[in-house]
Amino acid sequence: MTPCRGHVSFTINGQQTVVDAPPMKRLLDVLREDLGLTGTKEGCGEGECGSCSVRLNGQLVNSCLVPILQASNARIETVEGLAIDAELHPLQKAFLECGGAQCGICTPGMLMAATHLLAHTPNPTMDEIREGLAGNLCRCTGFIKIFESVIAAAVIKGRETHAR
Amino acid sequence: MTPDPAHIPKTRIVGTPQIRKEGVDKVLGRAKYVDDLERGGMWYGATVRSAVPRGRIREIQFGPGIDWCEFVVVTAADVPGTNHIQMISTDQPCLAADIVNHCDEAILLLAHPDKRRLPAAVAAVRIEYDLLPAVLSIEESETRQEVIWGSHSEEGNLFKQFHLEKGNVDEVWATAAHIVEEEYRTGAQEHLYIENNGMIAEYSEAEGVTVWGSLQCPFYVHKSLMAVFALPAEKVRVLQTETGGAFGGKEDYPSVLASHAALLARKAGRPIKMVYDRMEDLAATTKRHPSRTRHRTAVDKDGKLLAMEIEIATDGGAYSTLSSTVLSRATLHASGPYVCPNIRITSRAWATNTVPYGAFRGFGAPQSIFAIERHMEQIARAVGIDSTEVRRRNFLHTGDSTATEQVIGEPLILDALLDRALKESDYAALREQFARENPKNAVKRGLGIASFYHGCGFTGSGERYLNSLAGIDVTPEGKVRVLVSSTEFGQGTNTILTQIAAEALSLSYDDVEMAPCDTSLIPNSGPTVASRTSMVVGHLIERSGHQLIASLQEQAGLGVSYTRSEFFSACEHYRQQHGKVESLCRYEAPPNVYWDDQKYRGEAYPTFGWAVYIAEVAVDTTTYSAEVTNFYAVQEVGRVLNPTLAAGQIEGGVAQGVGYALYEKVLLRNGHMFNNQMTNYIMPTAADVPPIHVFFEQIPFAYGGFGAKGIGELPHDGPAPAILNAIQDATGENFTFIPLLPEDIFVRMASFSPQEEPAAV
Repeated sequence: MTPCRGHVSFTINGQQTVVDAPPMKRLLDVLREDLGLTGTKEGCGEGECGSCSVRLNGQLVNSCLVPILQASNARIETVEGLAIDAELHPLQKAFLECGGAQCGICTPGMLMAATHLLAHTPNPTMDEIREGLAGNLCRCTGFIKIFESVIAAAVIKGRETHAR
Repeated sequence: MTPDPAHIPKTRIVGTPQIRKEGVDKVLGRAKYVDDLERGGMWYGATVRSAVPRGRIREIQFGPGIDWCEFVVVTAADVPGTNHIQMISTDQPCLAADIVNHCDEAILLLAHPDKRRLPAAVAAVRIEYDLLPAVLSIEESETRQEVIWGSHSEEGNLFKQFHLEKGNVDEVWATAAHIVEEEYRTGAQEHLYIENNGMIAEYSEAEGVTVWGSLQCPFYVHKSLMAVFALPAEKVRVLQTETGGAFGGKEDYPSVLASHAALLARKAGRPIKMVYDRMEDLAATTKRHPSRTRHRTAVDKDGKLLAMEIEIATDGGAYSTLSSTVLSRATLHASGPYVCPNIRITSRAWATNTVPYGAFRGFGAPQSIFAIERHMEQIARAVGIDSTEVRRRNFLHTGDSTATEQVIGEPLILDALLDRALKESDYAALREQFARENPKNAVKRGLGIASFYHGCGFTGSGERYLNSLAGIDVTPEGKVRVLVSSTEFGQGTNTILTQIAAEALSLSYDDVEMAPCDTSLIPNSGPTVASRTSMVVGHLIERSGHQLIASLQEQAGLGVSYTRSEFFSACEHYRQQHGKVESLCRYEAPPNVYWDDQKYRGEAYPTFGWAVYIAEVAVDTTTYSAEVTNFYAVQEVGRVLNPTLAAGQIEGGVAQGVGYALYEKVLLRNGHMFNNQMTNYIMPTAADVPPIHVFFEQIPFAYGGFGAKGIGELPHDGPAPAILNAIQDATGENFTFIPLLPEDIFVRMASFSPQEEPAAV
């Protein structure tokens, strides 16, 4: 039996893309297998760990739970789209400086969750940070350095916005 | 007394918060973990596992609905060498041949070009068993009614036992003011690294076996592959890929998975990738050993320890793997950081028909430290003195001797660590406040202390046996490389070893990189375990750096002080004479470190990390949930090489310790973990971790890399007892086991009259 397939088009990190895939193929697998974007990671395959977090039309989603047909004409953002040219995103800089990444496997998803948080809440309180990242598991850091990274990034972003 | 910071040598790079060496790749999503890699023509592998805890394999049937011609199938009969994984012993088969000894034991391997076809094929393999009685607990194993491991003798079911005796334990009991007895239990714990176990293998007659994988110990995998394939060392090559967390969980299991992937690769004649999904990883791979520890302690009227009798039992699972060394560390941490003239410790690791338990951060110490630190609390209560006072009156000091009669020769500042922890946590004021407020509130608050040490590096003669080799080379392209088999899996190996090399060579941090972790290129600097990398391997890198400078000064005209370009010019000059620029050093034990394996006496560890942790908790007597509201971690771990990474180690370890105490419960049925999903094996999230306040006192250790001691495991030792001590402070309830879940607190604290049974849930 040949599974049905279809063309699905969407933008990925600003680039228009078309893939030929079964409609129920997970967005995570399309990113990793069809598009070679392996920055997005699989940790549990059931939406618990958040390693596969991406933004879809400005919403934070677990890409392991999204069938590709739901991404039709969507705007998808992954970790690969955070840095612009060679310039790291303020969150990436902050994760480096504050020690927010240890083994690094949760980092892409954590960065996307933090991006999402700061997009809505530019100056989050500690409670807002905890809530914003509660869907992303990190087993290395105990989250403390990740919280510090998000606070530092908010400051950098604030400075950049101010400078403009 | 806090040591004078002026005693810490001035350094340029060591001691500074250098950015993680591979950090940029990680934040860009560019770092390549094993599942991110492909090889040309690669197929995928999967594992058919035992559904029963113990039985004889009667028949294997390949069920209908699958075109089996498309699959490559491997059984134990396909193993070209010995069908045994090479750990301390060789009792664990690579693939079960006739008998299975635990659920989820690997029996058969399948490979197919389309990984999505594998789950149905795995499910279609029917295995018939003649069931044998299973042993599923320490207590069942102890009776030896069924002998599942070893011979039918005194040794049956017993992986290992230790007996340690100091002074005369038997004489004290009759005259002691207090005798305090209690039994403590700890549960299994899952590592829950976010990257599951994974491996890619290739095989050819000419090249032998090559594997790429997520692993801690390249030469452990190398040794097992040599045996399983009956190949010489040069025909086995192991490369570590970026590793997404390990915590001990990728110490021994990768030897199994690498063998499996390579067996499929050999039979398929193609590269094979095997990456477990979360359910398989949770069900089939190692966990922390469950334990039961009994304490009986004689104490004088002032709370001074007179005699300790300690009996430890651990559940080792179906094969011996690392159980003997885990038990050893449990034994050597069982009496705590206290002076006691008379100590007897008996410890045993038992076989059960469960998935083999293995290495996990702390390696036996968290189990026995939970017991002794909970027990000190009971002693304080029996004597009627404060939790701080019972510890202070018994602390080890410089010149005192431990349970193994190791005399502490270095500065030891437990009193200062305790003072600092009390001050930072505002202990006295908060206790007074909680005592005043608790009677009026449904949420009861409390504070708990744990004081402890963690032995750094391998136990006893271990480092001598390892005989590690590590060093530095300089490439013709002008890159200084660190040559080690010590792996990076988040804890910072790459960063601290390059910091040490750069410091020793008077170069910049950016001048130094790590050589690829490839057993065909690197010396064996030992496994990346036992909090030994900064201390033992770091010291080898420091020595290698100084040795290289001395060689360049003697043979290549390098001046006493030199610029970067003078250094590299001298290297080229040296290369013309010697062909390469390389400096390797082999481990040398610090002087006065002797260990008697027979009597279990002597210098158990070259040095120790010391700590006092304080947990602040809130127990809600409406919901029965316990929450850690603040955590204070004060430690002396020698020189801090990188303050950001060091604090990150402590915070991460404390968070895992909070999970160990209050969240993480492995549920077993017939020895199979049935809550093998992240949905129902619960670790602390960003919303659950308390603020963690980390403080270091620094006393450089003369035989560690620029003064470092071990740090990685220590923070997992203290949280669980500190948290349960705090819960006792808050509620008055003496809970003696972990994990302690809200339902456990409910059962103990909810008071029902006989007519008023709780409603069925």
